[in-house]
Amino acid sequence: MTAAPPGIPEEELLAPGHRACAGCGCVLAMRYLLKALGRNIVVSMATGCMEVVTTPYPETSWRVPWIHSAFENAAATAAGIAAGLKALGKKGVKSVAIAGDGGTADIGLQALSGAVERGDNVLFCCYDNEAYQNTGIQRSGATPFGAWTTTTPIGRVKRGEDRPKKDVPAIIAAHGAPYVATASVAYPLDFINKLRRAAAIEGPTYVHVHAPCVPGWRIETSKTIEVARLAVLTGAWVLYEIERGQLRVTFKPPKRRPVADYLKLQGRFRHLTEEEIAQIQRMVDEQCRRFGIE
Amino acid sequence: MVEGDILKIIAGAVITEPGNTAQTETGSWRNFRPVIDEAKCTGCGMCWMFCPEPAISKGKPARVDYRYCKGCGICANECPFKAITMVPEGRD
Repeated sequence: MTAAPPGIPEEELLAPGHRACAGCGCVLAMRYLLKALGRNIVVSMATGCMEVVTTPYPETSWRVPWIHSAFENAAATAAGIAAGLKALGKKGVKSVAIAGDGGTADIGLQALSGAVERGDNVLFCCYDNEAYQNTGIQRSGATPFGAWTTTTPIGRVKRGEDRPKKDVPAIIAAHGAPYVATASVAYPLDFINKLRRAAAIEGPTYVHVHAPCVPGWRIETSKTIEVARLAVLTGAWVLYEIERGQLRVTFKPPKRRPVADYLKLQGRFRHLTEEEIAQIQRMVDEQCRRFGIE
Repeated sequence: MVEGDILKIIAGAVITEPGNTAQTETGSWRNFRPVIDEAKCTGCGMCWMFCPEPAISKGKPARVDYRYCKGCGICANECPFKAITMVPEGRD
């Protein structure tokens, strides 16, 4: 893979000077999203990390129209914008909702479900850093099994998050959405292609991008891409798309690496015993079996 | 607020200048400075692709915009040619 293949514009629609932490994976996802979709979009963004760091009032990093809604209703705001664009007869402008995993898996789920069920012409992008990171690393529905957060502490009784990660892409696919995809910031071309495919479809589409959080995952600032890539190479995060019900895995790791390689780079998994890592390995194996990954 | 018969809806906080975070130079956050070895750089663009700010411009050699670079070091970690070194700030 070449890093900057033709078709990825050099124009930056996300301005520098934003207040994301050094090495932020999520703001990189925002940059890729703007490269993929260009200027003809209107963004509705839920409260969350990216809203906080890209719009420190009276400044904004966005060079496209952008609206901040509440935590729970990015999808509803975007549905209203889609209706408005239709009423005004504006063609070729896409309504895009963006929310973090909290604003998608937990707080924004009903608005997202409603928009998909009604068939609204909205592209919803979830950037998943696996906890409520900017408020102080509280667990969300998308926090993976075994992870430390400030609300899933490690002690004599509790061993971090005790529930598996909520499978939001599967929930949206179950609505019958015409396009659902997962992506990773370590595979920008794959992510950009999926966003473009999703935006081209008239109707509710969903792209879920896995993006490391430096302070929340307790990783080095330079390791963001390395960690995101290892999630894919170990099978802990699977890159796929479901187009009109047809599942296609878009990248199969050639020789799957042990999940410990992914876990051991992250402080949030530092407490795990060999037995607990073996348990997570079994969960990953089961997930890969379902997707036909060896 | 009601004025005559018209219910006026007050707009929320509006920012009329797109991309104006660029007036804030986050390079002051940096502890380590990426230095590109121009002889080793092939201009592949990997550092440009993975920079979260963005603070790197594509080219041979790639150029770092130190006004915004926060010194995360992703560029140095991802460079396939090991052409980028992270140097502590305040030392030459």
